[in-house]
Amino acid sequence: MTTDSHGVRLTLRGATLGRAGVPVLDGVDLDVVPGEILTVVGPSGCGKSTLLRTLAGLLPVLGGEVSQDGVPVTAPRAERALVFQDDALLPWRTVRANVELPLAIRKVARAERRERAEQWLARVGLTEHTAKLPHRLSGGQRQRVQLARALAAGPRAVLMDEPFGALDAQTRAGMQQLLVDVLRGTGATVVFVTHDVDEALFLGDRVALLSTGRVLPVPRPRERAAHADPATVALRREVLESLTPSPSFS
Amino acid sequence: MSRPWSLVRRALSLVAALGLWQALTSYDINLWLRFEQLPTVTEVARAYADRVSGDAYWQDLTDSLTRIVTGFTLAAVLGVTVGTAVARSRFAADLLGPVLEVLRPVPAIALVPVAILLFPSNEQGIVFITCTAAFFPVMVSTRHAVRALTPVWEEAVLTMGGGRWRILWSVVLPGALPGILGGLSVGIGVSWICVISAEMISGEYGVGYRTWQDYTVVDYPGVFVGMATIGLLGWLTSTAVELLGRRLTRWLPRTENRPAAPARRGPAPAATAVPPVRTAPQERVRS
Repeated sequence: MTTDSHGVRLTLRGATLGRAGVPVLDGVDLDVVPGEILTVVGPSGCGKSTLLRTLAGLLPVLGGEVSQDGVPVTAPRAERALVFQDDALLPWRTVRANVELPLAIRKVARAERRERAEQWLARVGLTEHTAKLPHRLSGGQRQRVQLARALAAGPRAVLMDEPFGALDAQTRAGMQQLLVDVLRGTGATVVFVTHDVDEALFLGDRVALLSTGRVLPVPRPRERAAHADPATVALRREVLESLTPSPSFS
Repeated sequence: MSRPWSLVRRALSLVAALGLWQALTSYDINLWLRFEQLPTVTEVARAYADRVSGDAYWQDLTDSLTRIVTGFTLAAVLGVTVGTAVARSRFAADLLGPVLEVLRPVPAIALVPVAILLFPSNEQGIVFITCTAAFFPVMVSTRHAVRALTPVWEEAVLTMGGGRWRILWSVVLPGALPGILGGLSVGIGVSWICVISAEMISGEYGVGYRTWQDYTVVDYPGVFVGMATIGLLGWLTSTAVELLGRRLTRWLPRTENRPAAPARRGPAPAATAVPPVRTAPQERVRS
């Protein structure tokens, strides 16, 4: 993804992250370049979600600096959309009403809000489902609604917390491709947290390894790691090693 | 199908109860329990037809309904407001919690002396007692429902830039609604108990007042007319609350609406995150 003036720069400098009184991560340094997709990889419980929720402004910064374009992050803001792993759709609102919600909060007029919601739902392939309630959809469809809802209000950063973690392998691969297609042209900066190495390499312009603190560029063009060039294979090995104690595992 | 049969069974159950009553009273059964004093179904029916043709009956009915609708509406508004405040704000919980917990065990009907002293008219006193009775179930169930809300809904709206009022209107109240409606259902029942008791003690007109009057002048069929009227009104109002509730919570996933064998598209069943509604069970599939 090319650098675009629309996306924001997210910066962490010596940041301590966690709940108030319960630090989870210490001394985090990370620079998310405007418009890039940065995937964050780490073993379960290493603080991936904490990092993302802090960037979203849902958790307080316990130490150091967390900023967006140089301005400290202190509270949730609409320009940093968060896509949750869990089903975060409001079950009493129809699919369209869910996507309209961020627009309603931004006081977009009713007709425009409806039109924009339907456009985004069409982009994620849910045109026939706009009037349904979320529980009538499959897990993969619900995550597509979440994606549409996150992007509808034109955020400058999209923070994604293992959004495909609960999906089966085929649905997940489809969702990854859809994400790449949908993000193309929005210019938003994306931080995508996952514990799936292939997902991280497929989606990311760069991969951040939370356990070692390294940030690695991913060779392009984007393709599935299974039939990739030696550079990608080497990268994949390094990412895997950061996740597991045994270096021979591959 | 099963629905007509269900209606038939319901009708039969009512007819059987009336038949048993008619048999016990018309044969003056006296087996420790003494049925000889009680009026028969036909006597009560005759008295009922008599009353319905007069103005007093309708006057009593309107009075009782006005009292209960006023008291219950006040209780619903106050209960939801206070319950939400106590669940959402530490300050409100500290300020109101202890007082509410001490007042809660006091039966509303025990407030009759207080109501008589406090209010200039009987009418207001009865509404006060009815309101107090319904307030606590509504407040307590609202408090629990608000506390049990799925945090991710609120976080989602926060990250969309939603403020305190947006969260209240778009997340807290709709999300807590199934629980609140449970409280309203209980509340309307308790309201009837208290409005009738209060009318018996201190009322001027009203179904409870009339029923007690009939007892004091030894008009037993009249007492039963009163009881039947209370039963019918109670059933009507609680059905109204129930129907309103179903209408407002049509979004809840309901088991009876689900097809017997859920047909899913796609090669593999997509993982289903559980809709975080505790009142409705739904299967959970994790890949």
